[in-house]
Amino acid sequence: MHRRLFPALAGLSLCFFVVAPVLIVRAPYESTMGLVQKIFYFHFPAWMAMFLAIFILGISSGIYLFRRKPAADRLAVASAELAVVFGLMGLITGPLWGIKAWGVWWQWDARLTMAVILELILVAYLLLRQYGGAGSDRLAAGLGLFAMANVPFLYISTEIWRTVHPRTSVVPTLPVDFGIPLWWSLVGFIVLCFALLSVRSRLEEQRGALDQLYLAVEEE
Amino acid sequence: MERIEGLVGSTAAGVWRGGCCAAVTVTLLAVGMMLLASGGGLDAAQPTEAAQDGFVPMGDIPPEDQLPAAPLLVAAYAVVWAIAIGYLWTIWRRLGSVERELAEVARRVGGREP
Repeated sequence: MHRRLFPALAGLSLCFFVVAPVLIVRAPYESTMGLVQKIFYFHFPAWMAMFLAIFILGISSGIYLFRRKPAADRLAVASAELAVVFGLMGLITGPLWGIKAWGVWWQWDARLTMAVILELILVAYLLLRQYGGAGSDRLAAGLGLFAMANVPFLYISTEIWRTVHPRTSVVPTLPVDFGIPLWWSLVGFIVLCFALLSVRSRLEEQRGALDQLYLAVEEE
Repeated sequence: MERIEGLVGSTAAGVWRGGCCAAVTVTLLAVGMMLLASGGGLDAAQPTEAAQDGFVPMGDIPPEDQLPAAPLLVAAYAVVWAIAIGYLWTIWRRLGSVERELAEVARRVGGREP
C-alpha cells in the first residue's frame, strides 16, 4: 500500500509546491512588513504540519500505551521524526522573518520559547527511542502524549501572553488575497506530511520485519 | 657541576633572547610613531567632529542601512525545500539499507532450510 501511496501523495504535493510560489508572488505586500511577510506562507504551514504530526504521534502513542499495538508504535516513531523536521523548518524560517520585521533574529518570548521546548521534547522522544533500550517504547509513548498536550498551549500562547510574535487571530481574519496563497501552501504541506509519513512508516515496518527475522534466526 | 653550568648558561641565553625581543619591539614602535608623525598620520587620526552627547532617534532608516528582504525570503523558501528533499533522501537511504539487510538475512535463513 505504501509503495503506491507515496508516489501519488508526493506528486500531488509537488503540484502544490510548484504553484505556491506563483500565488505567493501575486499576493499583495503587507503594509508594515512588506516583502519579508511572504515568508509567512511557508512558515505558518510548516508549524501546522508539525502540529498535525504531533497529533498523530500523540494519538498513536495513546493507542500503543493502552492497546499495545505495534503498528501504532511504528506510526508514532515516524510521526515524531516528521514533527522534528517540520519544526526545524519553522524554527529556521521564523528568525529569517524576524530579523527584518523585529530587527533581531530571536526573542525569548512565550511563543518562541515554547516552540523551542516542544522541538526539544520531540528530539528527546527520538533520542529515547534510539538509545533508551528495553522498555523505552512505553516511556516514549508517554512523552508523545505530553508533546501533544503542549500543542494547544503553544497555539494560544500569543493570546495569553504579550509577545512580539503576531497573534493567532491574524489567520482567520486574513483578507482573501492573503488567504489564497496561505491555504494553498497549507494543503501542500499537509499532503507533503502524509507523503513523508507513508514512506517513513514503511521504513519502520521494514525495521520491524528485520527484527522479527533476527529473532526467528536466534530461536532456531 | 656541569649541570649547574648548563642551567646558568641556558638562563643567560633566555635573558639575552628576551632582551633582544624587547629591544626590537621598542625600536619598531618608535619607528612607527616617527613615520606617523612625519607623514601627518597623527593629524589625520584626530576626529573632525565633536563627540556625540546622546542618541537621537531617526524616523526612517536610510536605504543603505536597510536589510534587504528578498534574500531572506529566498533563503527561507530554499531552507524549506532543502530540508524536505534532504529528509526524503535520508529516508530512501535508510530504507534501502534495511531492505538490503532484510533480503540478505532472508536469503541466509532460506539457505539453511533443508
